[in-house]
Amino acid sequence: MSVAASEAQQTPPEQKKGFELPGWAEKILIPAIVLLIAIVLPLIPSIGENAALMQQMAVALAYVVMALGLNIIVGFAGLLDLGYVAFFAFGAFAVGWFASGHFAYVNNEQGIHLLVGGNTVNLPGIHFNFLIVLVIAVILTTIAGMIIGLPTLRLRGDYIAIVTLAFGEIIGRLAVNLDGTTILGGTPVTAGRQGISPVDRIDLPFLDPFTVLDKKPWFYFALFLVVLVLFVNFRLRDSRMGRAWVALREDEIAAVAMGVPAVKTKLMAYGAGAAFGGLSGAYLASLLNTVNADQFQFSFSILVLAMVILGGLGSIWGVVIGAIVLSILNNWLIPDVINDLPSNVGLEFDMTQITFAIYGFLLLLMMILRPQGLLPERRHQMELTEHAETTDETLYTARS
Amino acid sequence: MSFLKVEDIHTYYGNIQALKGISLTVEQGECVTLIGSNGAGKSTTLRSISGLTPARTGTITLDGEEITHLPAQEITGKGIAQSPEGRKCFQRMTVRENLELGAYLRRDSSQIQTDLQRVFELFPRLDERQAQKAGTMSGGEQQMLAIGRALMADPKVLLLDEPSMGISPVLTERIYETIAEINQQGMTILLVEQNANFALDVSKRAYVLETGKVAMTDNSDTLRTNPDVQKAYLGT
Repeated sequence: MSVAASEAQQTPPEQKKGFELPGWAEKILIPAIVLLIAIVLPLIPSIGENAALMQQMAVALAYVVMALGLNIIVGFAGLLDLGYVAFFAFGAFAVGWFASGHFAYVNNEQGIHLLVGGNTVNLPGIHFNFLIVLVIAVILTTIAGMIIGLPTLRLRGDYIAIVTLAFGEIIGRLAVNLDGTTILGGTPVTAGRQGISPVDRIDLPFLDPFTVLDKKPWFYFALFLVVLVLFVNFRLRDSRMGRAWVALREDEIAAVAMGVPAVKTKLMAYGAGAAFGGLSGAYLASLLNTVNADQFQFSFSILVLAMVILGGLGSIWGVVIGAIVLSILNNWLIPDVINDLPSNVGLEFDMTQITFAIYGFLLLLMMILRPQGLLPERRHQMELTEHAETTDETLYTARS
Repeated sequence: MSFLKVEDIHTYYGNIQALKGISLTVEQGECVTLIGSNGAGKSTTLRSISGLTPARTGTITLDGEEITHLPAQEITGKGIAQSPEGRKCFQRMTVRENLELGAYLRRDSSQIQTDLQRVFELFPRLDERQAQKAGTMSGGEQQMLAIGRALMADPKVLLLDEPSMGISPVLTERIYETIAEINQQGMTILLVEQNANFALDVSKRAYVLETGKVAMTDNSDTLRTNPDVQKAYLGT
């Protein structure tokens, strides 16, 4: 009897596969087409000269970088992180501290300058070249990521989420309240809700300094960041470390028994994910020209997490799409297009006031219609469409 | 000097003491069984050796080198591979991916391929199902995979935790035939089993554990004829 039962299990029906492209298409063809479109779009005058639109597109790309970072932590390594905004904050403060007039009293009000040109050399405060600031942002956030990683190593599942949630809140509170604590000759650590503004605009070697009016260079720089981060993401996913993340996510005990170092592997996930958040945070601070405590709220963590879930946990292209979709929704569709709908039909509220209700509704729709995300990753798809555990069944057949 | 030597280990889960001074030895190339009822400390002994639940006191040495307090991944690196209780295959990975993860710490890729073929020879079922997700296989097949995955680490000592758990008698027999074969090829094996019949067949010596202590130890054949053992663990 039991033999027959186990024989019957030998040929399970072919499971419905997740969205899977042939390797060459995923790696070369589609990225090349998308990249080409992205490069050509701003050359069309009606798009390229529309500063507001270019700004939106640049912000969307920065969100893609953030979402790809969070995807490493949540999607690859399976560690739920509800405090991702903390890494945005650290990245932004790298700009606020090292590329603005914030610390006006350093060096006898002469300022400290490193590889910057133009008028900036005459300004007080600390002014480093943007590329150096990016490096600082990555270092700061990687350290912050590892610090948040440490206490969560002994925790699992929901408890990790709570610790990261608290971490995000702590950093957010510090950004608000450290405007009362002064360092470096009397400057507060942060500027609270008022914000550190203006901050230095990006000034790259061999290129003209970026300006407020022409957003095209900003867009291209964000595009460069996306390509860079995508490349790193794919390399990480297919690396030894990537396999270790998946193994830990699937079964921690088995992974450790195979020799996967759990501590190092998890810290690497936090560190790598945080570094991308910092990169994007620094870019956004410079683009938005402010480092403002109101930017670093819990809702931002949720927005980025929603991008990852909407696109498909662990799926790199899915997350790119999720980030772009939610960015359009958040920054354009809700505030600019449908904002007045309720008042037009006589209701006394704006759509921006119910942004979170809209997200909630969308996520609910997703959970019902397509819980695996827009472009699901193969393994997560399985998690949701079948019962992975056959143990009980097998026990049952063994007894019968 | 024994190859694997466990001396007076005490292991706790939080405040609860699971092992109260276990000592045992395994010689090179030997197959040794730990039998005992639920909660006797069989699995905990294996987990202490492999570092998943480190012993609080006592010493464990492999080939003369102390490994008691090393982290689990370093113990795997020293040559102790475990097929954990309940198999713990990576359910959503393919058979091949599972086996490749078994060789996670190794970098000798040509030798890994040779070992992969060896595992497929030992378990032809796994060869047939290379691209199948582990979670869609039967319990017996997953057990084969767990053993194969442990072998992929190219271990000096193989720890097997209840290979017959939840598996049909026919498949259990087949798995034990393979375990005997692996042992004959020279692999040192420490086996934990509740289902003592098969285990005593393949092993030379056995330890009987009761409530965290070694109650009895002898040759497998002698233990098999011991009336107490027969009554408690052999169901005769």
